Amino acid sequence: MTDANATQPGAGRPARSSSLLQLDERTRRRNASEARFRLYGMAAVGIGLAFLVMLLVAILSNGLGAFQQTAFHLKIELKQDVLDPNGNRDIDEIKDAKTFAYSPLIREAVLRQIEAYGIDTPLSEAPVEGFSSPLDNLFSSGARSTLRDRVIANPDLIGQTVDFRILASSRVDGYLKGRVDRESIARDKNLDTVHLDLVDALHEQGAVEKEFNWDFITGPDASDARPEQAGMGVAMLGSFFMMLVVLGFSLPIGVAASIYLEEFAPRNRFTDLIEVNISNLAAVPSIVFGILGLAVFIQFAHLPQSAPLVGGLVLTLMTLPTIIISTRASLQSVPPSIRDAALGVGASKMQSVFHHVLPLAMPGILTGTIIGLAQALGETAPLLLIGMVGYIASNYPGGVAEGFLAPNSAMPAQIYEWAKRADPAFYERAWGGIIILLGFLMTMNIIAIILRRRFERRW
Amino acid sequence: MPVLWLVLIVLVMAVAGYMLGRARALKSAGGDSRDLHSLPSYYGANVTIMTLVPAVGILIVWLLVQPILIDRTISSTVPAEAISDSMTRGLFMSDVRRIADGLDLAVTEGAMGRDEADNIRAEFTDIRDRLGNLGVALGSDVGPEVLRAAQRYRTMSSAGNLLMTLAVLAAAGVGFTISYMATGKNFRARNVVEKVIRYLLIFAATIAILTTIGILLSLVFNTIEFFRLYPAEDFFLGLTWSPSFGGGSELGILPLLWGTLYISIIALLVAVPIGLFAAIFLSEYASSTVRSFAKPMIEVLAGIPTIVYGLFALLTVGPLLMRVFGDDGIGIMQAGTAVMTAGLVMGIMLIPFVSSLSDDIINAVPQSMRDGSLGLGATRSETVKQVVLPAALPGIVGAILLAASRAIGETMIVVLGAGAAARLSMNPFDAMTTVTAKIVSQLTGDADFASPEALVAFALGMTLFVITLGLNVFALYIVRKYREQYE
Repeated sequence: MTDANATQPGAGRPARSSSLLQLDERTRRRNASEARFRLYGMAAVGIGLAFLVMLLVAILSNGLGAFQQTAFHLKIELKQDVLDPNGNRDIDEIKDAKTFAYSPLIREAVLRQIEAYGIDTPLSEAPVEGFSSPLDNLFSSGARSTLRDRVIANPDLIGQTVDFRILASSRVDGYLKGRVDRESIARDKNLDTVHLDLVDALHEQGAVEKEFNWDFITGPDASDARPEQAGMGVAMLGSFFMMLVVLGFSLPIGVAASIYLEEFAPRNRFTDLIEVNISNLAAVPSIVFGILGLAVFIQFAHLPQSAPLVGGLVLTLMTLPTIIISTRASLQSVPPSIRDAALGVGASKMQSVFHHVLPLAMPGILTGTIIGLAQALGETAPLLLIGMVGYIASNYPGGVAEGFLAPNSAMPAQIYEWAKRADPAFYERAWGGIIILLGFLMTMNIIAIILRRRFERRW
Repeated sequence: MPVLWLVLIVLVMAVAGYMLGRARALKSAGGDSRDLHSLPSYYGANVTIMTLVPAVGILIVWLLVQPILIDRTISSTVPAEAISDSMTRGLFMSDVRRIADGLDLAVTEGAMGRDEADNIRAEFTDIRDRLGNLGVALGSDVGPEVLRAAQRYRTMSSAGNLLMTLAVLAAAGVGFTISYMATGKNFRARNVVEKVIRYLLIFAATIAILTTIGILLSLVFNTIEFFRLYPAEDFFLGLTWSPSFGGGSELGILPLLWGTLYISIIALLVAVPIGLFAAIFLSEYASSTVRSFAKPMIEVLAGIPTIVYGLFALLTVGPLLMRVFGDDGIGIMQAGTAVMTAGLVMGIMLIPFVSSLSDDIINAVPQSMRDGSLGLGATRSETVKQVVLPAALPGIVGAILLAASRAIGETMIVVLGAGAAARLSMNPFDAMTTVTAKIVSQLTGDADFASPEALVAFALGMTLFVITLGLNVFALYIVRKYREQYE
């Protein structure tokens, strides 16, 4: 008998340290720790999900702006005496008018608009002629050359007054989207509050509008000074050609390697070596594949730098282990009775594999391939080393051969390129690019899931 | 003859071979395919394979070997004094190649006659100007040695191309003839075709080995080259990293290794507790509806490309940390890019990696062990802590090691989120840099690998490869050893 029991009332009966109805100290402690442990687990899952939500919110809130673009709608008078002084519509003479000559036309159009709407602004005194005018800061610096291209494409426009859509500068765009506020404009040397008042007034009249930005999705990249013109289109084509290379090489090679390892390979040292190699390659950092690509494909084989072909080859080597592993899994899932039946009616080993096992394993193989492709599509690090970054993807490839061999960028490389540039307007483009990239990845994964649900057989 | 045409001719021969071979086999059996040894298509396939495989093999090998051989012969005939001090032999040869390509272009565009291209002299003509008109930009004026080397390069490669065309066509022709002549009703076409296919399968499987060899060779050779220019002990033991392309750079790896390690540790401190607890909760506590929702959602984090995490670190997490720890807050953080930024984001990236690996391992612990523990009156958490986790421990350690190797090899997050300054500091809010980030910065945009500042990237890559490979092999060893306990 301990002291503790002695102090309890009714000391004559055998002591009970606990009852089913009354929890003792120890049980309560254990239950509390149980509840705590469970809570930790829930918190961990919650934190994981919270990170996912944070990431998605950051992407969407920063990136959706890139799909809208501010533009002015101006009636521009294409004066004959400026653009074609001799009046004979000779294309060479029209080309003589440099982009510089188009600035006064745009300025004039704005001033006319200010007058028409009766807006009171100090900018209405701004000079029309001359090298620069405060009005220029409203537009993209690429607006003039866009205008010139339109005129050269269609010289008949000269002498008329035509409706044009002129891209606003990235600051004006940022102001209307709420990215740039008046306080930060005060520190900006390009834009004054006067400009913003004018933009507000024009916006009320409907002469400045935010519109859906097709050029961001289909257009080429632009140089450092013109974020408002930068688009993903060319980089998307680069990624597309790269994925063609990856698909063309990694699917046949991966399937062939898996068939050999799964169906034909004898158990020996050579086979073991291959297996160890494949599992190790799956874990090699992607940047090392970039070094391989640089040393073997560019330094040694003299393939062109920045070409989607080289990028595709590097990504092929990187995705091969993924595809081999998933293909082997789906070959394994085909029951041996299929093989036995084929062999039993006289097929050769090769025929049983190619005519019976492979078709049955195809849905699984395709699922694995699509997931491997999705992985390759988002991979950036190896592309940095083979020169697909730092290249301004401003030209569409001229044909299929050029698509594979001419320098290009790729979607993730383009995003990285924008993230490195100094102008914050490019950050919005980078987030927008991520939305496009994730859109592709999601589509591919959904296709893979549908394939698996629809066609995969459980034996 | 352009390679494309050559390939097309061989392909046409192969297709014709299929039809001819099939027809010949059927004819030899008097039109009754039952008298043939194999199905008729195998005879056709046999001719196709015999035409295609040797020809394409020769073509590929020739295309790879010829430029190297020509480069070597020409480079050895150029006297050392012809190469000025400011350029290396590699740069000289790339000039030679560019001029040779330019001359080729000039001939095809008709700007230069064939003889003129062969005999033009730098002493009399301004080559740079003439090629510039065609859009071939040359960096410097063309010296007589370069031009002569370029002309020799052109003659040799045109001779080589002619030889290659002949060799490929001959191989295709011989293969075609032999296999066509052999075709007859008693010829065992299926056995031959299957044997060739089998070898092709074996070749596909060895590509994994070839890739590893390629990685090793490209790393080893350039690393040796680097150590010839820069002492190895300074590289491995140096405490300063300050490359300057003008020369006199200090290339010590220790600051980079420290940055890598520090970021990885922070990443694991984030990922391991969250990932492990998530795995325990999902496999031991969660109802099947919660599990079927939460597990794929967490795994979505693993499918997001690393460039997205990089941007997230640079533009969202960095500024967020700055607001708390920066000059407006506690004041120990100078810039948004820091070890903490990169580590946190990398931790988020690794959560699904740790959780799904641990989940598999925890699920592999036999249910009977749990039942035994619960039957003795242990609570669920006690069962997890005292029975399941100890049983799963080796596997979990393996998972953590794999995650660590991921963290060490991760590139985009640190390139964008960790900063560029290499320093040895204990403050997690300092900007530091890693091995992978420096590989990128030393190699991007530079095609000439002669300077130690560029070659160091290969030594860094080698270090990275060895460390990650070691971690992986060790992790797989632990996992495999653990698995044997229950099977």
